[in-house]
Amino acid sequence: MRALCWHGKQDIRCDTVPDPKIEHPRDAIIKVTSCAICGSDLHLYDGFMPGMENGDIMGHETMGIVEEVGSEVTNLKKGDRVVIPFTIFCGECDQCRRGNFSVCERSNRNKSLADKVFGHTTAGLFGYTHLTGGYPGGQAEYLRVPFADKTHIKVPLGVPDETLLFLSDIFPTGWQAAVQCDIQRDDTVAIWGCGPVGQFAIRSALLLGAKQVIAIDRVPERLAMAEAGGATTIDFSKESVVERLNELTRGKGPEKCIDCVGLEAHATATIDSMYDRAKQAVMLETDRPHVLREMMYVCRPAGVLSIPGVYGGLLDKVPFGMAMNKGLTFRMGQTHVNRWTDDLLKRIEMGQIDPSFVITHTVGLQDGPGMYKTFRDKQDGCIKVVLKP
Amino acid sequence: MSRTRGSNQALALAQGLGWFSIALGVAEVLAPHRITRATGLHGHERLISSYGVREIVTGIGLLTAKDPTPWVWGRVGGDALDLGTLAAGVAGPERERSGIAFLMTLGIAALDVACALALRRPLPAAMASFRRRSGLPKPPGAMRGAASDFVVPADFRTPEALRPLNEKAG
Ligand SMILES: NC(=O)c1ccc[n+]([C@@H]2O[C@H](COP(=O)([O-])OP(=O)(O)OC[C@H]3O[C@@H](n4cnc5c(N)ncnc54)[C@H](O)[C@@H]3O)[C@@H](O)[C@H]2O)c1
Ligand SMILES: [Zn+2]
Ligand SMILES: [Zn+2]
Repeated sequence: MRALCWHGKQDIRCDTVPDPKIEHPRDAIIKVTSCAICGSDLHLYDGFMPGMENGDIMGHETMGIVEEVGSEVTNLKKGDRVVIPFTIFCGECDQCRRGNFSVCERSNRNKSLADKVFGHTTAGLFGYTHLTGGYPGGQAEYLRVPFADKTHIKVPLGVPDETLLFLSDIFPTGWQAAVQCDIQRDDTVAIWGCGPVGQFAIRSALLLGAKQVIAIDRVPERLAMAEAGGATTIDFSKESVVERLNELTRGKGPEKCIDCVGLEAHATATIDSMYDRAKQAVMLETDRPHVLREMMYVCRPAGVLSIPGVYGGLLDKVPFGMAMNKGLTFRMGQTHVNRWTDDLLKRIEMGQIDPSFVITHTVGLQDGPGMYKTFRDKQDGCIKVVLKP
Repeated sequence: MSRTRGSNQALALAQGLGWFSIALGVAEVLAPHRITRATGLHGHERLISSYGVREIVTGIGLLTAKDPTPWVWGRVGGDALDLGTLAAGVAGPERERSGIAFLMTLGIAALDVACALALRRPLPAAMASFRRRSGLPKPPGAMRGAASDFVVPADFRTPEALRPLNEKAG
């Protein structure tokens, strides 16, 4: 089959690779009908995430039709239509029983490595680093789904792929980011980053009833899309984020702050982000925690920082003392996708939201490598790319 | 920094200008006397070669930069230099040749300016379409709180600290 494979920094190729096979009785094989490129894929593309190997198949936002199931998968059959969550989970371990699927204790097949690096393992993820199992991803014609009896979202026929696909990741990720804020009616929620995750966080915060949603980015079309979702926008390349946020909250700062940017935050004119860039350039550091610092600074004391944005390793010059003294609450993590998807699928069917609004580009798998660049460089108004194998 | 804007057409035009710069630059460096003959600038071969180097550098910049915009403006600056030089030629003995070259360069300068402006402008028509991409069935104001039937699970309740004491849970 054809698949998009990682061959090093900024080197993704559409290769021909062996078809996946059932390896375990709880596996299923999916024939992929649609998959997408995610901001998290860019961290691999740009070489910020350790633990990638030559030839790894990319992709973790995938849907399709069940082709074959292992003997222990009794709740799926050939022909079922499924969206596959990016977090693989067993459904039975201590964490899964608590609903903490993204830290499933059993789905990471490189558990001992992860135990060493993270202290304790997290869940297996598709198309991601070998620290999270190195499972072949879904930017391919077929996908093997481990723990498939749990790791799936059954979806109805008759609704287009484009409307359902993002249940795999970015819709529940934006949703969990907002839910983590436990939004109250008079809350101001400030959201850094108007990429796909930010767009869904904006709409989730609105649907959950925030009084004011403020979105921060510098890409005009992303800011325009944020406005369409009901946000007041700040262009960080043109205005001071801290000043504007204080203005919009009568000097008190937003109660809730969401980081939908992560470790590749762009340098702004502030000294701290220049410092991050310089250190990164000489490979002394991986992450650029500029957004995190800004959130800690501007957040109202006793407020909440919700962090869906991905960080890789060590963060430098984080004003932790300030956060401690302000009594901030931090909520973060990879999304417990299936914890939210039944409810979100219902909201899609009720017509509260149609997630396809975010798609700007749809191409075949062979055009995927070029699209990584277009998406990363925000060329051609690109916000979300869907691939059709 | 990735600030690339503008339509694919504007980016393609910038690329085209890049190749044009390189071709012209190579000609100016390798055969300056032919250029001076064609443009009526006899005796200015060294100046023309140096312009050639400028064209080649600009061309490489246009073809390799993530954001070609500053390089296109660089071309506009170069056009001004060329026009100045040709204007001097018009005052000289071969005014006809210099005049024709002046008009041609003026046309190219106009193209350069148009390209730079098109790159700067973030696609007006497309922008309007982004403003319509709400994903919501009604205007945002009418959708505020549409999902307030959602019960935040106990383990996701965090902002008790911000609630007045008499309204805190438990
Ligand atoms: N927690 C999860 O489970 C999960 C799931 C999916 C994605 N993510 C992460 O969420 C983040 C966003 O993903 P995406 O797909 O939207 O990516 P994206 O790269 O398209 O979006 C990031 C946006 O942040 C903006 N940005 C950069 N620097 C900024 C700054 N200083 N201030 C404000 N905005 C800034 C960029 O212009 C861009 O629009 C990534 O880090 C991704 O890895 C996490
Ligand atoms: Zn993702
Ligand atoms: Zn588990």
